[in-house]
Amino acid sequence: MKAHVYVTLKPSVLDPQGKTVMHSLHSLGYDKISDIRVSKFIEITYTGDDRREFENELENICSRVLANPNIEVYHYEIIESDQKDEI
Amino acid sequence: MKYSVVTFPGSNCDHDSYYIAAKRENKARLIWHKDTDLQDPDVVILPGGFSYGDYLRCGIIARFSPIIAEVVKFANRGGLVLGICNGFQILTESGLLPGALLMNRDLKFICQHQYIISCNTETPFTSSLTPGEVIDIPIAHKEGNYYINSEGLNQLHEHDQIIFRYCDKTGQINDAANPNGSIDNIAGIINKAGNVLGMMPHPERNAEDFSGSEDGAKVFSSLEKFFSRCS
Repeated sequence: MKAHVYVTLKPSVLDPQGKTVMHSLHSLGYDKISDIRVSKFIEITYTGDDRREFENELENICSRVLANPNIEVYHYEIIESDQKDEI
Repeated sequence: MKYSVVTFPGSNCDHDSYYIAAKRENKARLIWHKDTDLQDPDVVILPGGFSYGDYLRCGIIARFSPIIAEVVKFANRGGLVLGICNGFQILTESGLLPGALLMNRDLKFICQHQYIISCNTETPFTSSLTPGEVIDIPIAHKEGNYYINSEGLNQLHEHDQIIFRYCDKTGQINDAANPNGSIDNIAGIINKAGNVLGMMPHPERNAEDFSGSEDGAKVFSSLEKFFSRCS
């Protein structure tokens, strides 16, 4: 099994990287873009086969390590090995 | 007095901190991050640098080093902990200090002399300073943009936990004097109990006359004063 974890700055936290990318796109003429937020994408490969156990561990991993609850939010999706991995 | 300076893989101000502590006739030790014995210090310094290459988030990997569990126990017993730059980031990630350090608002690594104003001088780290004293301490960081939510910020103000703020030469605290976008120009904070200080500026880098300003020495002389009073 795999998990795709997305860690994003909370909406209330300013994202200077996103702002810079947006300004750059505006200067290239993409003027309909009104906001950009840059996030982290983390792919985790799991050797166990119990989905629930993996989910519990993921919650723990995300809140303890991958995301800082002061500034970030996270979400994840679990990809079973027989599912086609689109990324 | 006795300093223990923790070295993480990627620390690069550990020897500066060690040097200045020893030069001022204190006992100083370097402690490897995998050790579990702080060796009975009066003050622990978490130094600046790029622990674990700043991977994932600055300070988060170091936060799980074996020595940090001992630092947390030491701090919870009232031991004095000084986190400088990356050390400040490790303190917020380990929960010893509130808030977080985000990327600088202009995305640049900033390395410059910086004026900061002393807001609370009734701490073991700042008693050699006078309230409102402006000192020149260098900064060198890319992730020094202090952030805390409004409730947390109110708490910091209420308990007088803001120790240093970025300012100009005359002590004006305004946006032009804010190098990195930190909320309320915050450069350093202390925990509620008053024994854990985190600051982005580097007092260990200008605590001697050759460095253009000796203002950093005031943090170390405050600590020495505190312990001479205790003994």
